[in-house]
Amino acid sequence: MAERLFFFLCALIAISTAVGVVASRNPVRSALLLIANFLCLAMLYFTLTAPFIGIIQVIIYAGAIMVLFLFVIMLLNLGSPEAQQQERELRRPIAWLLALGLFVILVSQVFLVVGAAPNPQPEAGSARAIGYAMFTQWSFPLLIVAVLLTVGVIGSILLARRRSM
Amino acid sequence: MTLSELGWALVRIAIMLGFLLGALPLVIWFERRAIAWFQDRVGPNRLGPFGLFQPIADAVKLFFKEEIVPADADRLIWSLAPALSLFPALVAAATIPWGPNRLLTPVADVEIGILYFLAMSSLAAYGVLLAGWSSNNKYSLLGGLRASAQVISYELGMGLALATAIVASGSLRMTEMVAVQAEPLWGMVPFLHNWLLFTPWGLVGAALFFICMLAETNRAPFDLPEAESELVAGYQTEYSSMKFAAFFMGEYMAMLTISGIMTTCFLGGYLAPVNWSPVQSLAESVGGVFVPLAWLTGALAPPFWFLLKIAGLVYAFVWVRATLLRLRYDQLMNLGWRVLIPLGLVNLALLMVYLMMGWLAALVGYALMLAVYALWAIQRLPKVEHRRVILYAEPHPYTRRTAPTWEQNGSRTVQEGQMEQTHGAAPTEVVDG
Amino acid sequence: MATVPASAYLTLAAFLFVIGAAGVLIKRNPIVIFMCIELMLNAVNLTFLTFAFHQPDFQVQVAGHVFVLFVIGVAAAEVAIGLGIIVAIFRLRETIDIDSVNLLRE
Repeated sequence: MAERLFFFLCALIAISTAVGVVASRNPVRSALLLIANFLCLAMLYFTLTAPFIGIIQVIIYAGAIMVLFLFVIMLLNLGSPEAQQQERELRRPIAWLLALGLFVILVSQVFLVVGAAPNPQPEAGSARAIGYAMFTQWSFPLLIVAVLLTVGVIGSILLARRRSM
Repeated sequence: MTLSELGWALVRIAIMLGFLLGALPLVIWFERRAIAWFQDRVGPNRLGPFGLFQPIADAVKLFFKEEIVPADADRLIWSLAPALSLFPALVAAATIPWGPNRLLTPVADVEIGILYFLAMSSLAAYGVLLAGWSSNNKYSLLGGLRASAQVISYELGMGLALATAIVASGSLRMTEMVAVQAEPLWGMVPFLHNWLLFTPWGLVGAALFFICMLAETNRAPFDLPEAESELVAGYQTEYSSMKFAAFFMGEYMAMLTISGIMTTCFLGGYLAPVNWSPVQSLAESVGGVFVPLAWLTGALAPPFWFLLKIAGLVYAFVWVRATLLRLRYDQLMNLGWRVLIPLGLVNLALLMVYLMMGWLAALVGYALMLAVYALWAIQRLPKVEHRRVILYAEPHPYTRRTAPTWEQNGSRTVQEGQMEQTHGAAPTEVVDG
Repeated sequence: MATVPASAYLTLAAFLFVIGAAGVLIKRNPIVIFMCIELMLNAVNLTFLTFAFHQPDFQVQVAGHVFVLFVIGVAAAEVAIGLGIIVAIFRLRETIDIDSVNLLRE
């Protein structure tokens, strides 16, 4: 009972903040609503016995990636009222229609897994199990992601560097 | 969750919040008095005995101040920013154990204890960023951007220092980290606890964490974003009354919390430096009045030692603030990215060397690191040449009849040991070098 | 025992994904488009974790968590590069409205 209530609350906040991200005309408010969304999702991850992923979500997504977003918005000064323009009116109904279609397709597939039994294994979500799997079975993808992150760091520095005239 | 579990959880939360909010005026008072004594003055001593009511007077003053809202500020975000700054400071202490009794400490003994603290300190970057942005003031914006850039830069150094502590303890759970430090020192000495500080990687990690601690809480010498002499007051410029009080409180509570983290990870948490349990079991075997006495000291000692260590770290915070010069922003960033992160990585690597190849290899590694640093530092010392310069002194101005010319004044360099006689005036000797 | 069924989590994830997709189509500010992409990635993460929660095999459960970590890592790298590109474009054209940076179209 309490779990259902908690899920319902988290889901409600997640959905409303997600709609707010799309509906808001101020990018700073969109970013703040997205941070709230990430925190709600982190709480949902905790209920799915994934505490490590949940706290990593808060540290990395809500704590670092969104700070980066806010930095760029503030440095490019996009939050001021002059920088906001109306979206073209024809685009919206088509987009919402496509979104509705996609939603119907996805939800129709969801109800095929109705019979699945939850298998809560708190040990599976622990740092120990994830770390062990990462360094034994998934070590090659780990190395690739490490290279990718290094390339990301170097690339972003190169891209944002001022060319000295 | 049963009702009794809920009740105990509320008790734990009340204890944690009570400590944070109660220790806050004490820390503020102590800082003002201690900085005053460092600067050879007295500090607030009028209100109450030794000026102890000064923070209360400050709070009353801040409460009654007029709240000025800047025009054209984004109202919602401007009001939200102090709350966003205060909230992580209040809840970050939830996983810190201050005693062995699991009904009273930590508020949440989760498996990911130390990562929870890192998550809350990551969220602390938002308060300053949004405060700077929403004030519609270019100085606030610059201060906010600088402060949050500083916070996220030093988060990496802090994470590496904590990674060292995590690997050395083998667990993310903070109670486990303290339990590992309860073992005999270096595995050998039976009467001392194995605080992480007493190992080489723990020492370097603790120093690294201390520096990052100063930067994370925007304390001197890393307090450029909120310095009073530059950038007006940084991101706090447009805040008055209770919102400013919220920033102020958040900073000091973050100081307390992060001192708690440092004591738990590096200084042995609530453990005394000496292992008293043989004495305690001896007292219990003696019986009589010693049994309740042993129980009492056993119950009171952990919180006492924990508070003592936090007090020591707060004193270190204040000491560093009163002593060191403020770092310029590019020096700050340089330190964070190009000195502390490599140091943290090397420290972690040497810890791995210890775990794989034993303590001798690790000590050799540390000796090598020290040797490399010493060589680099020595060849960087400025070259000083020793010479003596004699300045020709002007004759006494009241005895001169004509205006002085350039040829009459001057200096020339002589060899060491020689004295020169000028026309009438005594040579003033200046030794350079 | 009243637990939350898998279909609830999956419907929520589908909803977030669809909202993110609509945002990518509607918005003109590339930073907000990026944020909607992040929303979609998070919906995918939620799906992964829901399925991992319902796995009978332990190793596959752990693999689900590992994959979510990889998605987070890739998203971080992508955000860094993407925002770098946006900053570079802004320096050049003083605007980042995606309807006006369409030089390659003509």
